[in-house]
Amino acid sequence: MKKLLKHRELLLVGIIAIMVAGFATRAPGFATPGNLANIFNDTSILIILALGQMTVILTKSIDLSVAANLAFTGMAVAMMDAAYPGMPLALLVILAVGIGAVLGAINGTLVWWLRIPPIVVTLGTLTIYRGMAFVLSGGAWVNSHQMTPDFLNFPRLPVLGMPLLSWMAIGIVLLMWVVLTRTQFGRATYASGGNPTAAVYAGIDTGRTKFLAFTLSGALAGLAGYLWVSRYAVAYVDVAAGFELDTVAACVIGGISIAGGIGSVAGAVLGALFLGVIKNALPVIGISPFAQMAISGIVIVAAVVFNARAERRAGRIILRDRGAKEVSA
Amino acid sequence: MSDIVTETRTRSAIPDRLGTPVSRLLGSWEVLLFGVAIAIFIANSFASPYFLNAWNLSDATFNFTEKAMIAFAMAMLIIVGEIDLSVAAIIALASTAMGAAAQMGIGTPGLVAIGLAVGLVCGAINGTLVSVLKLPSIVVTIGTMSLFRGISYITLGDKAYGKYPADFAYFGQGYVVWVFSFEFVLFIVLAVIFGIVLHATNFGRQVYVIGNNEFAARFSGIPVERVKFKLFLLTGLMSGIAAVCLTSRLGSTRPSIAQGWELEVVTMVVLGGVSILGGAGTIAGVVIAAFVMGLVTFGLGLLNVPGIVMSIFVGLLLIITIALPIVVRRIKFMSTK
Repeated sequence: MKKLLKHRELLLVGIIAIMVAGFATRAPGFATPGNLANIFNDTSILIILALGQMTVILTKSIDLSVAANLAFTGMAVAMMDAAYPGMPLALLVILAVGIGAVLGAINGTLVWWLRIPPIVVTLGTLTIYRGMAFVLSGGAWVNSHQMTPDFLNFPRLPVLGMPLLSWMAIGIVLLMWVVLTRTQFGRATYASGGNPTAAVYAGIDTGRTKFLAFTLSGALAGLAGYLWVSRYAVAYVDVAAGFELDTVAACVIGGISIAGGIGSVAGAVLGALFLGVIKNALPVIGISPFAQMAISGIVIVAAVVFNARAERRAGRIILRDRGAKEVSA
Repeated sequence: MSDIVTETRTRSAIPDRLGTPVSRLLGSWEVLLFGVAIAIFIANSFASPYFLNAWNLSDATFNFTEKAMIAFAMAMLIIVGEIDLSVAAIIALASTAMGAAAQMGIGTPGLVAIGLAVGLVCGAINGTLVSVLKLPSIVVTIGTMSLFRGISYITLGDKAYGKYPADFAYFGQGYVVWVFSFEFVLFIVLAVIFGIVLHATNFGRQVYVIGNNEFAARFSGIPVERVKFKLFLLTGLMSGIAAVCLTSRLGSTRPSIAQGWELEVVTMVVLGGVSILGGAGTIAGVVIAAFVMGLVTFGLGLLNVPGIVMSIFVGLLLIITIALPIVVRRIKFMSTK
């Protein structure tokens, strides 16, 4: 299994490399280090969100409220910054992570405590959180001239030739790798998604694990909320609308099984980068940006077909095949 | 997606002793929801003097009829244990195809045929991916959702189609008798048809059996894949019908048409008491849920509440109606201990 996982991540690296090379033939300058760093910086927020989404998906759940959480948290910190320009930036970032974590914990509590299916909970909180962003702002925008320079410049600060936003994404990738592969919580995450019954027998509280996964996903969404608002220098209610599906898509492309228990940090990062490369390449090679949606749709479906082949389990094949034959006959 | 831990399935579990028919009826989800609907109706009529007016109420039905048509098919799909998140994207694609055809001067019957055909083709694509290639429907339909709406965006970009034939407007703006619009009558007729199909035919029983235990269904000779394929086809067709009604009502097509409807349709189905884990639910519940959602949004609209704030209420409604019975059961369970 491990070999297979390694194999598919290498495959994804190969596909991304071929894509970059292909785009470079059409648009010289696409494959320059500077442009690739730009693409990475552009994809940083998606990477951060995809890692949170991945943790949730590993526990056999799904978090559709990440983008709404991002919009609310982003709006909240932007308004605070506009209203109290004297507030230290560190406090705002901590607040963003905190607010996000609380919103995530609400999802987690409903899943853990009331055992409501995650997809229902997050469908509900998706509309609620975005609605709250509207109530908070009254529909008004927070524009760049209302934000303090510190607030705006922080993700852009160059450190060793790359903006801080990229470094934060790298830091979170490393952090998540440690959390998922080197801690008890990480093992519990894989176990409660891979085989919930066995996990319970092994003494793992699957409900609590899900709660923590949702809280983590919420905290990362909160951080992404601040990063999004300061990077694009504007906060409004519809920020990142529909972005939750991009995070799910990044996970699926990266080989994280939607049935839970299978997937790696590297996969999620590569899945996000795959989408990022496509998104940045389309205007460069002269394809209308309107085509991006259809292309990512095809990519998602293709990735699902590919994943299903890799995941098919031996134990169930006998029954499935017989059933399938009856149908086709 | 589904959870193996036992408690989530209790609604479909068989109790040792059934209550009397009356107590069972009173305790049912549909009756509870009906009570909620009446309470909202009364609250609305107190809150706004414009609410109790036949024409206003007739206008209110347009809030939910198109979504409810899809919700009937979605209910069967969720009962069977699958889901289709691409329904709103199918509306966009079908509407775009109709718009393109209308620019070429095709008449109303042709437009309707195109709308329904696009719906069927999209449904067949979803159905093939799920039942032939055996892929998880939630990811497949997230993918086809981007694909279908993406094609719409490629075709239209930031432009819009207008200029539909005059008689095309009937489907979304016409009235059959008095205040009963074509859409409302169609909604009622479809509700009856779906009610019969789900609750009084072999096909309907097969849907429940697959939703409760797919393995057992296979062993008892039910063509599981074929049933699922038909349901995806049906959901596509209903989305096509909804696209005809919506396009006719709006009189124009943009690629962002019906954005976010997939979530509202699923909310309606779940609010109607259909278990998201499959195997349980009724069409009557979905019909009442459609009225509840329509009344809530219309009542709030009369009070000048903006649409996005309404969505908070819809979201809360979804979570509270699901959480409430669970909390009540918990408290009962604790007090008997």
